[in-house]
Amino acid sequence: MFLPVLIYYLIFSYLPMTGLVMAFQEFIPGKGLAGIYTGSWVGLKWFKQFFSSVFAWKLVRNTFLLSFYSLIFGFPIPILFAVCITQIKNKAIQRSAQVITYLPYFISTVVVVGMMTNFLSPSTGIVNQIIEMCGGKPINFMSDPSWFRRLYVISGSWQSFGFNSIIFVASIMAISPDLYEAMRIDGASKRQQVWHLELPMIKPTILLLLIMSLGNILSVGFEKVYLMYNTAVYETADVISTYVYRQGIDNKNYSYATAVGLFNSVVGFSLVCLSNGFSRKFSGSSIW
Amino acid sequence: MQEKKSGLSEFKNEGTRDKIFDICVWVIVVVAVCVTLYPFLYVASISVSDGMAVAKGEVMFLPKGWDLEAYHMVTRYQQIWVSYGNTFLYTIVGTAFNIVFTCLAAYPLSRKQFFLRKKMNFLLAFTMYFSGGLIPTYMVVTGLGFYNSRWAMIIPTLLSAYNVMICRSAMEAIPEDLFENATLEGANDFYILYKIAVPLIKPTLAVLTLYYAVARYNDFFNAMLYLGKSELQPLQMFLRRILIISSSEIVQASGTTAAAAAAQSTLKIRYVCIVLSTVPILCICPFIQKYLVKGTMLGAVKE
Repeated sequence: MFLPVLIYYLIFSYLPMTGLVMAFQEFIPGKGLAGIYTGSWVGLKWFKQFFSSVFAWKLVRNTFLLSFYSLIFGFPIPILFAVCITQIKNKAIQRSAQVITYLPYFISTVVVVGMMTNFLSPSTGIVNQIIEMCGGKPINFMSDPSWFRRLYVISGSWQSFGFNSIIFVASIMAISPDLYEAMRIDGASKRQQVWHLELPMIKPTILLLLIMSLGNILSVGFEKVYLMYNTAVYETADVISTYVYRQGIDNKNYSYATAVGLFNSVVGFSLVCLSNGFSRKFSGSSIW
Repeated sequence: MQEKKSGLSEFKNEGTRDKIFDICVWVIVVVAVCVTLYPFLYVASISVSDGMAVAKGEVMFLPKGWDLEAYHMVTRYQQIWVSYGNTFLYTIVGTAFNIVFTCLAAYPLSRKQFFLRKKMNFLLAFTMYFSGGLIPTYMVVTGLGFYNSRWAMIIPTLLSAYNVMICRSAMEAIPEDLFENATLEGANDFYILYKIAVPLIKPTLAVLTLYYAVARYNDFFNAMLYLGKSELQPLQMFLRRILIISSSEIVQASGTTAAAAAAQSTLKIRYVCIVLSTVPILCICPFIQKYLVKGTMLGAVKE
C-alpha cells in the first residue's frame, strides 16, 4: 500500500537531493537526466564565485530582512485580532467576522499582487487618486525600492492575519470560563483578565509558533517576490530564490544556481534545527 | 490615577474601564473586517460601474452607473475559457489524486504493525525541511518528460508531507479495537482503510480537500516552470498576463471598435478578471469553516 507513496518520494524528493551534486560540477547540457551526474568535478568553484560576487551579501540581506519584517509586523496582529474577536459574545457576529477575515488567505498570490499593482498604479490607481486629491504628488510605489518591503509586509499581513488567528482563537476558547469568572469576582477588569489570564494561557502556543517562524526566516516565498518585483526594485527585492530562478531557469547556469540554492537550503535547515532545539528547551514542545 | 476611594467608586471606575475596553475591541474588529472587505468591494464596484465614472476616478465604494460590457468582452475571449477549463481539470483531478495518495500514505504510517513505520515517518518529515531545491527538481521533472504535459501540474505535487501528517494524526486517534476486529474477520488493509478509517476521519479529509484544492486552483509556480504552451496553462498564468503585464490582448481579441474599447478602461477589464477568477474559491470557504479550526489545530500542535 505504501509502495506508490515511497516511489513518489524517492523520485520527486530524494532524486532531486542527489542532484545537488551538480553544485560541485560543471554541468553539461543536452544529456537529460544523466547530465546531472556526469559533469566534471569543479569542487567549490561555484560557491567561491557566488560569495565573491556583489550579489551574495545583498541577497542574503534582502531575504533575511523581508522575512524579519514580515515576522515582527505580521506576527502580533493575529494575536491581537484573536483576543478582540473572542471578546465579542454575539456568536453570529463573531463567526462572520472570522469567515470574512480569513477569506484573503485563499486568494492566489497572482490576484493579490494584481490588485496591489492596480491599486497603486501611478495613473489609474485609487491610492494615488486619493494622494492627488489631498494635494500630494503621485508615487510610483511598485518601482520604488524603498516601498518594496513595506508593500510586501502589508499585503502579506492583509492576506494571512485572519487565517493565522484561527489557532489563537482556538487556544483562547479552550481556557476554562471558570477562570474568568474567578477573576471577575475578584474585581479584575476585562483588560486585566486578558493581560493576566488570557495571554499567559496562550503563551505556549505563541512561543511555539514564534520559534518555528524564526526557523523559516531564510525561506521567503518565491512566488510573491517574483510577481511583485521588477528590475527597478532589485536593490531591495531580489532574494536568494528569485536569483536562483533567474540564474538557473532563465540563464541556464544550472550548476551555479544549484550551488546558490544548496547554500540557502543548508542555512535554512540549520536554522530550523536550531530553533527546534530552542523550542524543546523553553516551551517543551518541538516539531520532532 | 485610580486611587481607591470607596468600594462604590471603584466599582463604577471598573465599569467605565470595561466599556472603553469593549469599544476598543469593537473598533479593532470592525476595522479588520472593513480592511479585509474593502478591496473586494472596490474591485467588484469598478467591474460593474460606468466606464466614464471609472475613468474619472469617481468610484470609491459603491458602483456608479451600471455597465456590464466589460464582462461581455472578457467572456467573449476564448482564452479565458481555455484557462478556466485547464484550472478546473487540474484542480479536480489533482485534488482527487492528492486525497487518495494522502490516505495511502497516512494509513500505513498510523499503524504500529507497519514494520518500516519509524523509517518512513522520518523519510517523510525530512522532506519538509530539506529539499533538492529548484534546479535539481526542475531537471528531474523535465528529465522525466513532463515539460509541456498536463501531468506536470498533477504528479510533482502529489503529496504534501504536512497534510499527510495531519491525516496520520487523525487516523492514530481511531480506537485500535476497530482495526483489530476487522482484521480478525479477515478484512485486508485496503478494505479497512476504505470502509473504516476513511469514514471516521471525514472532517479531517474535508479540511485536507480544501487545502489541496485551493493550492491546486492557485498554483502558478508549476505552470510557469513546466507549461510553455498557452493552451495548457491554467487561469493563474492568464491572470498574471492580464493583471500585471498587460490587458490589451482581450481588447484586441474582442473585435470591439476602438471607441467601445476606450469606454471600457483597461482597469475595468482587469477587475472583471479578478472577480471571475476569485468567485469560485470564495464560494466554498464559508461552508467549510467548522472543519477549518479543527484542521488547523491538528497541524500546529503535535504530541
